Amino acid sequence: MSSVPRFWRSLGSRYNLEGTHCKECGEYFYPPRNVCVNCRRMGELESFKFKGTGEIVTYTLIHTAAEGFENQAPYTLAIIKLDEGPQLTSQVIGDSEKMHIGMRVKSVFRKLGEDGDRGMIYYGTKFIPADA
Amino acid sequence: MRDVAIIGVKNTKFGELWERSLRDIVVEAGIGAIEDTSVSGKDIDALYVGNMSGGRFIDQEHIGALIADYSGLSRNLHVPATRVEAACASGGLALRQAIMSVASGYSDIVVAAGAEKMTDVGSEEAASALAAAADREWEGMAGATFPGLYAMIAKLHMHKYGTTSEQLAEVAVKNHKNGYFNPIAQYKNKITVDDVLNSIMVADPLHIFDCSPITDGASALVLAPADVAHKYTDTPIYIKATAQASDTIALHDRRDITTLDATVVAAKRAYSMAKLKPEDIDLVEVHDCFTIAEICAIEDLGFAEKGKGGIVTENGETAIGGRIPVNTSGGLKACGHPVGATGIKQAVEIVTQLRGDAGKRQVAGAKYGMTHNVGGSGATAVIHIFSRER
Repeated sequence: MSSVPRFWRSLGSRYNLEGTHCKECGEYFYPPRNVCVNCRRMGELESFKFKGTGEIVTYTLIHTAAEGFENQAPYTLAIIKLDEGPQLTSQVIGDSEKMHIGMRVKSVFRKLGEDGDRGMIYYGTKFIPADA
Repeated sequence: MRDVAIIGVKNTKFGELWERSLRDIVVEAGIGAIEDTSVSGKDIDALYVGNMSGGRFIDQEHIGALIADYSGLSRNLHVPATRVEAACASGGLALRQAIMSVASGYSDIVVAAGAEKMTDVGSEEAASALAAAADREWEGMAGATFPGLYAMIAKLHMHKYGTTSEQLAEVAVKNHKNGYFNPIAQYKNKITVDDVLNSIMVADPLHIFDCSPITDGASALVLAPADVAHKYTDTPIYIKATAQASDTIALHDRRDITTLDATVVAAKRAYSMAKLKPEDIDLVEVHDCFTIAEICAIEDLGFAEKGKGGIVTENGETAIGGRIPVNTSGGLKACGHPVGATGIKQAVEIVTQLRGDAGKRQVAGAKYGMTHNVGGSGATAVIHIFSRER
């Protein structure tokens, strides 16, 4: 599903929901960006930890899983808008029947997957209903 | 800049071509397109090949040189050959590079080809290769698949505009109906709305019949400066516009999940370059990798008001004989979607239509045609406008 180096270099962001904030224009980014898309070279980015609350913008229940996610199917994949503004793609855990656009969610630390029986276990952020 | 014309076209059969290799089908398409003109090998100045993922599908990179070699253009002629990659928009982008090459004066006769051999790997591996067109680190890591990304577009389109599963299904029904009359199409079976709705769910609300298939196929075009096009063919078709735009690679970073801004911007550039409006276009081949993609495309290209793509389809306005026929070839859905070839195949279909050679799927009196080729969930869009008259 991934590779160790690719995963490793984004650990902080995955574990702590850490992104960036541009001091110039005020926009927040998650996943983090190295260059502000508004100010470009004039921007000044600092790292920023998101609260982890937001709402579902849109979602789907995936029946035919991505490689490495077969054991999880069917699973709910959603685009979530964090309260600070940025949107991200993540799984939402919980009763898929109750999912709806606009639903409030909060982040949780969960296992994302693993490299087979002996490989690395990947942890990161998923979301659950905010009232759970 | 010089005006550019298409003087030769050829598609191979699209489908599961297990007994044939990538080099076999590209050579068939390339030679076929050249034989469609009076050009010979020594006249060819350059070759551009759209190919998304040879490295993963057939374990072969360096596709440009491979194709030049097996087309007989390398050992003695040493024709420059360039592979172009932009996921599922690789073909459209190869055509655009070829056009720019002729327009600039650097080349005269140029072949633009596109090809993909997708059935040499299993369907899971194919899906994984295709998923590489999305953001692997921030979409793929969360378990995103391509049907999943388009399903999220569909879900929000339904929520905002009241689009229904039946309207999505109508896209597939229409495209299968068109594909029935296309000799090269992968699927020649007509289907019903119920067939779509009763097919297995891939990613809610998209059923498997809402999705384009895994396909082998190749397509090729021969281009020439418009001034000399008549030397090589009686029916040159002229390029009126070539436009390209990009957007964020991840769907979650878009301004509006239900609008492909790359399409909107590329369309604006194309209409302006051609000095035409959506009402002037007689037919269009759009990138219907999923049924919702066609609904968004006709809205983003200006053929339907935003949010009305579903209703317009349901009303038959996009059928052959309707206000704006969409995907007369059968589209990606029924004709098939060999990812690197699709953008070239779309152009072959429009040229065939503008020449009046499309048989039972002919759009009567077509003068202006458009192609719309998308990479990923909309990070690249390539649009071309073609005309019967210069």
